[in-house]
Amino acid sequence: MTTIAPARVALRPGTEELVFLGRSLRHSLRNAEALTMSILLPVMLMLLFTTVFGGAIDSTGGYVDYVVPGIILLCAGFGAASTAVDVATDMENGIMDRFRTMPIRSWAVLTGHVVASLVRNLVASVVVVGVGLLVGFRPNATPLEWMGALGIVALYILAITYLFAAIGLAAKSPAAANGYGFILLFLPYLSSAFVPVDTMPEWLRWISDHQPITPVIETIRGLLMGTELGTRPLWALAWIALILAISITWGAILFRRKAGRR
Amino acid sequence: MTPAIDVRSVRKSFGGTAVLADLDLTVERGTVFALLGPNGAGKTTLINILSTLVRPDSGTASVDGHDVVRESLAVRRSIGLTGQSAAVDGVLTGAENIRMMARLSGLSPRQAKAREVDLLERFGLDDAGRKRAATYSGGMRRRLDLALSLVVTPSVLFLDEPTTGLDTRSRLALWDVIRSLRDEGTTVFLTTQYLEEADQLADRIAVLDRGVIVAQGTADELKRRTGGEVVELRGDADELLEEIPTDGTLSGLRRAIDELDARYDDGAVTLRKPSLDDVFLTLTGSADTSADKKELVRK
Repeated sequence: MTTIAPARVALRPGTEELVFLGRSLRHSLRNAEALTMSILLPVMLMLLFTTVFGGAIDSTGGYVDYVVPGIILLCAGFGAASTAVDVATDMENGIMDRFRTMPIRSWAVLTGHVVASLVRNLVASVVVVGVGLLVGFRPNATPLEWMGALGIVALYILAITYLFAAIGLAAKSPAAANGYGFILLFLPYLSSAFVPVDTMPEWLRWISDHQPITPVIETIRGLLMGTELGTRPLWALAWIALILAISITWGAILFRRKAGRR
Repeated sequence: MTPAIDVRSVRKSFGGTAVLADLDLTVERGTVFALLGPNGAGKTTLINILSTLVRPDSGTASVDGHDVVRESLAVRRSIGLTGQSAAVDGVLTGAENIRMMARLSGLSPRQAKAREVDLLERFGLDDAGRKRAATYSGGMRRRLDLALSLVVTPSVLFLDEPTTGLDTRSRLALWDVIRSLRDEGTTVFLTTQYLEEADQLADRIAVLDRGVIVAQGTADELKRRTGGEVVELRGDADELLEEIPTDGTLSGLRRAIDELDARYDDGAVTLRKPSLDDVFLTLTGSADTSADKKELVRK
């Protein structure tokens, strides 16, 4: 050996999070297919709804302004599902045992995946908004309202990414983790994202009104298009807080229980 | 001085099956200790307990003077672990893996870079350092894995079957690394299925069978308990026709050869040292299993 190995040094606060975020971002960049899909698919969906379905739903051409906030939300969570696969893959790998036997907060591995997902999805959201503006989306929001919309989108991404991370911990394999994600991605279709809820049958309307996606979408719509907000932002924040609390608690329990078992 | 590893009456069951039953074990500092046993003996479970991954059901265990349950953080500061399945990040390159571990051990980016260069060279991975670890061969991955355990020098290093699946050259290289680590003062606790490995490396050996230590001692002490060499008869294609353990005496050897002579017309006779199987079968006293095994060999 050319030099003597240095001694272990106590970590500065936040080192684990930074190192693991760097790791997860490298993973994201090297998974070219997933990266392309996470940007291309939302853009395709945006174009599908605005150009193909739009004319049939609202022949006056105003559908763009209605649907883009919904699409932003639909796409916001699209890339989050891959977090479940990332987490499940890590849990299967011996590297997790290595992290756990080091004097570090190994939970930070998940934080790294979650923050990387937030970064990926925010980039995708910006692209979707950009394409939306190109195809005729005309919001009337002030810069402050834009910030508010961005904030609520970011919180929503964070909440569902943590939920997907917990699903990744609960899944028996990366393939299974991939499958569970599908159900969650279906929820936006049963909300006010694409059509107003009062066009739905009575029983479905009740579900749409009382599921977390609708208040989040209506908040974004209110901020960007100036529709009435009411108590919607409060409901949106409450739902997001609830999803975060449940996901993190559930995840923490699963994470501890899985130590030493693969 | 407290021993490097001290295990007292440790028990562990999974789903009602006892994996470790009332285990006692002491490993002195600065020695290489080999835990020998077949698959399913409980070797990995013991390593998981000592490396704070799994809690014992009862009993106590300490590593580097720290209790593995109550002072797990202190234990984690003292240990390195290279498990059976290579614990490397396949998406990252070898160099990135080393730098990540160095940063997680509190080194500065500059120190991390220096460790990367040193370790890649020491483990013969200079050329592969810029490639993703997923593209490595089994042997290269194992070497990278070991390099990751040595980013900072641990006082106690756990190696779970470190040479399983390695070719001879890699195995010998790994043995050299283990020896030099011991010389630098690291206590090495390794598990293996190979008696030869324990023989070559370990200052002391314990044989684990179904969660119980059935023998402990130096390699020589264990071999004395096993008896003498084994006579093998091999056919033209070097296939094993029959093996007979001897008691190590001249007359015992003659009896074994006479027996083979009476039953076979042809074949080459060799003498070999007792293998893990032989040691193991002697120690666990399962002579019946031994007979069964010979039946299989004869077919």
